[in-house]
Amino acid sequence: MEAVESELRWPTYLDPTRLPYPFCPGCSHGLVLDRLNAALVRLQLDPRKVVIVSDIGCSGLSDQYFITNAFHGLHGRSVTYASGIKLANPDLKVVVIMGDGGAGIGGHHLINAARRNIGITVLLLNNFNFGMTGGQHSVTTPHGATTATTRLGNLEYPLDLCGIVAASGGRLVVRATAFDPELSDWIAEAIAGEGFAFFDIWELCTAYFVPSNRLTRRGLEAAMAERGLSRGIVHREERAEYSRAYRELVAAQAGQRVLSPQPLPTRYESGVRKKTHIVIAGAAGQKIRSTATILGRAAVLAGLWATQRDDYPVTVQTGHSVSEVILSLEEIHYTGIPSPDLMLVLAPEGLKVARRTLERLGPQARLYIRSDLLPVETEAQLVPLALASVGKKDQAMMALAALVGDTGLLPLEALREAITVGQKAEVARENLAALEAGVALLGQATVGPVSAT
Amino acid sequence: MREFIDGSEAIARGALAAGCDFFAGYPITPASGILVHMLRELPKVGGVAIQAEDEIASLGLCIGAAMAGRKAMTATSGPGISLYSENIGLAVMGEVPLVIVDCQRMGPATGGATTVAQGDVQFLRWGTSGGYPIIALAPSTIPECYSLTIHAFNLAERFRTPVFLATDKEMVLTRATVDVAAYEPVPVTSRRYAPPDAAFVPYRIAALEDVPLFSPIGGPHIVRFTTSTHDEFGYLTKDPAKVERLNRHLAAKIDAYRDEIAMVKADLEPGARTLLLSYGTTARAMAEAVALARKDGQKVSALTVLTLWPVPERAILEACEGIERVVVAELNLGQYRLEVERLAAARGIEVVGVHRVDGELITPQEILAHLR
Repeated sequence: MEAVESELRWPTYLDPTRLPYPFCPGCSHGLVLDRLNAALVRLQLDPRKVVIVSDIGCSGLSDQYFITNAFHGLHGRSVTYASGIKLANPDLKVVVIMGDGGAGIGGHHLINAARRNIGITVLLLNNFNFGMTGGQHSVTTPHGATTATTRLGNLEYPLDLCGIVAASGGRLVVRATAFDPELSDWIAEAIAGEGFAFFDIWELCTAYFVPSNRLTRRGLEAAMAERGLSRGIVHREERAEYSRAYRELVAAQAGQRVLSPQPLPTRYESGVRKKTHIVIAGAAGQKIRSTATILGRAAVLAGLWATQRDDYPVTVQTGHSVSEVILSLEEIHYTGIPSPDLMLVLAPEGLKVARRTLERLGPQARLYIRSDLLPVETEAQLVPLALASVGKKDQAMMALAALVGDTGLLPLEALREAITVGQKAEVARENLAALEAGVALLGQATVGPVSAT
Repeated sequence: MREFIDGSEAIARGALAAGCDFFAGYPITPASGILVHMLRELPKVGGVAIQAEDEIASLGLCIGAAMAGRKAMTATSGPGISLYSENIGLAVMGEVPLVIVDCQRMGPATGGATTVAQGDVQFLRWGTSGGYPIIALAPSTIPECYSLTIHAFNLAERFRTPVFLATDKEMVLTRATVDVAAYEPVPVTSRRYAPPDAAFVPYRIAALEDVPLFSPIGGPHIVRFTTSTHDEFGYLTKDPAKVERLNRHLAAKIDAYRDEIAMVKADLEPGARTLLLSYGTTARAMAEAVALARKDGQKVSALTVLTLWPVPERAILEACEGIERVVVAELNLGQYRLEVERLAAARGIEVVGVHRVDGELITPQEILAHLR
C-alpha cells in the first residue's frame, strides 16, 4: 500500500530553493523532470544513493533542481561518468539526463553501455534540435525538417535511438512523449530494476523546433505513428547487470597474490669480463624476444646486470623481430647498443633491418648466422649455424645455446634454470630440448675467423 | 636480490602499492602492458578494472569512479592523450584526483607505435583548454617507475588534480636488472575527507591555495560535481568575483606548493662549467655520459628532472650556480629546453639542446660532445 504524501520521508526530490526550472515557456524538459521526481517519490530512495548525471545543452541544467547527488559533465560523455560511478559503487541508482545532441556526439558510449548492460537509466530528452546553441539539427531531426542548419529541409534521416539501444542489448527500452502520463511509472520501473534502461522521450522545443516546423503535442504522436514507431516499453531483455556480474566473475580472485618482485638469486658465475652487447635479429614467430628475456634472466642468475630492448613492427606475427641485450658487471644506464660484440642473425627479415649494424661489426665481433643467409659482407668472425631445417620456434634458443656454449659468457646451467623460472612446463620443455640441440649444434659450427664472402 | 623486469610491471606494482582500486584503459602500443597488468591484478585487491570502448570513455569512467571515492588510473600513449584532452580539462575543473600514464611514442598522429619519443612534454602541460596547471612526473629508471607512480597518486590525492606519469616506450618495454632494494618505499597519502556528520559544501575553501575536502558520491553527504564554472556549492555561476576566485584557486593550489612538488636528482660537481639536464629515458644516456666524462677526468654536473610540471625552477637555478652552459637532452625538438632557456637567460647562461626525432636514442657520446 502506498503511503500518503504527507507521511513520506521524501515528499519531493526537487529543491524548492532552486525552483522554478529555467526552461523556456512550453518547453517539455520541465514535464520530464516532474515525471522523474514523481518516480523518485514513488521509490523513496535515499537521495544520497541517487546520482543524476547531466549532459550538455538545456537538459544539462536539470541536475541543479534535485536534492540528490549531481554530476554535470561534458557533452556526450555523461554515460561514461555514470558508468564509472556505478562500477565504483553498484549500490547507487544512477540516472543520466541527456539531449538528442548528446546522443549524437556520445552515441558510441550509449551503445556500449547498453551492450554491457550497466545499471544506469538514461533519459534522453529528444526535442529534435540543439536548443541551447540556436536550433541546429541533430541526429534525431526528422527528414525534411527546418532548422538553423537545414534551411532547405533536413537532407539526413533521423536515428531510431530505441532501435539502436535494443539491438545493442539494453534491458529496458522505452519510447514516449513528455506528455505520456505513464512516463513516471516507466521511469520508476527502470530505476527500481537492474541493468541498462533507455528512454527516448519526444519533446517540444518551443524556442526553435516548434516555430520552425509547426510541431504540436498531437504532431509528436502523429509523427511517431507515421514512422511506424510504437510508444511505451518497446524492448525488454533480462541479462546480468554489469557492475554486479563483474564482482561475481572476479570474486574468486580476491586475496590472490598480487604482482610482486620475483627475485632471481645469484647462483652461477659468469664468464663476462666487460660490458657485452648482443643483438639477436630474426623474424616474428621465432621467439626472439622471449629468448632474449631468458638470456637476461640467466645473466641475473649469474650475478650480472642486463637490459633487453626490443624492436619489432606494429604487426606482431610478421616482419622482423630484433632484441638487443647488454650484459655488464655494473649497473647499465644507457640501453642502446652502438656496435654489438656478438650478433645472432636468424631470418631474412632480421638480416634486412640489422644490415647497417652488421656493416659496423669489427674483426673482434662474432656473427652467428643461419647458414642459408650467407653470404654476407662483414669483418666479423662468422659462425654459420645449420638451422634452416629446424622448426622456426626452436631456432633462437638453439642459436643462443650455441652462442653461450661457444663464448662461455654464462654457464649453460644458468640458461637451463632461466628457461624454467616462471614458465609453463610445456613451454620450458620445448625450450630445454632446443637448448640441448643448440649445444650439439656447436660441434658442427665452423668457429673462428672466416674471410668475408 | 635482483629481478629482470620492464617499466610497465613496475608502474602496475606502484599503482597497487599506492592503493589504486580502479583502472580503465583502451589498448594502445606501448601502454597495453599496463592495461593487461591492471585488468589482471585489480580484482585481487577488490578493485575494478575495465577495458573501455575508447580513450574518451576510459578517462570518463575513471573520473566517475574517482568522484565515487576510488583511486583511479588510466594509461595510454600520445594519440590517447589527444582523446583524453577534454576530460583532462573536466578533471582539472571538477578537482578530480586521478593518475594518467602517458607512454610516449613517436608523433604526431599515429606516428610510430613502437618508436620511442618524448614529444608530449608540452602537450601534457597545455593539452586542455583554459591553460591551467597540471602535475607531471617522469621516471628515469625502472625503480622510479614504481616510486613515482606512488608519488603521482599521492599528489593527485593531495591536490585533487589529474597527475601525469610521463614515460615512454623505452622505459615501459625495455627490461633491465633491478636490485629489489632499489624500490623506494613511499608512504601512501589519501585525499582529505569531509567529516561525515558535518554539513558539506563541495568546493568550499578558506584560502585560494586550499584544496576542498572530499566526500564521495554515494557517501554521507549530497555531492555536486560540475564541469562548468561554479560556486562553492557546485552550482553554475557567472558572478565575476566567484568566477575569478575559482580560476585563481585552480592555479594557486598547485603554484603555491611547486617547491614541495618539485623532485629532481642532482649530481653536481664543484668546478663544473657544464650542467647536463635531462629526464625520462634520455636521463639514462646522461648518467652514462657523466660516468664517461668523469672517468676521463672532466668535471660535469647533471640534473635529472623528475617533476616536469610544474617546472622545478628553484632546483634548476640552484644547479646552474657557477655553470656556463646547460645541455638539455630530450627526444623532441627542444620542448623542455624552452623552460630551461627561460630560466637561464636571466643569468646569461648558454643553453644547448641535444635532440633526436629519428626514433633512436640519444647516445652518451652525443651529449658529451657539448661539454665545456
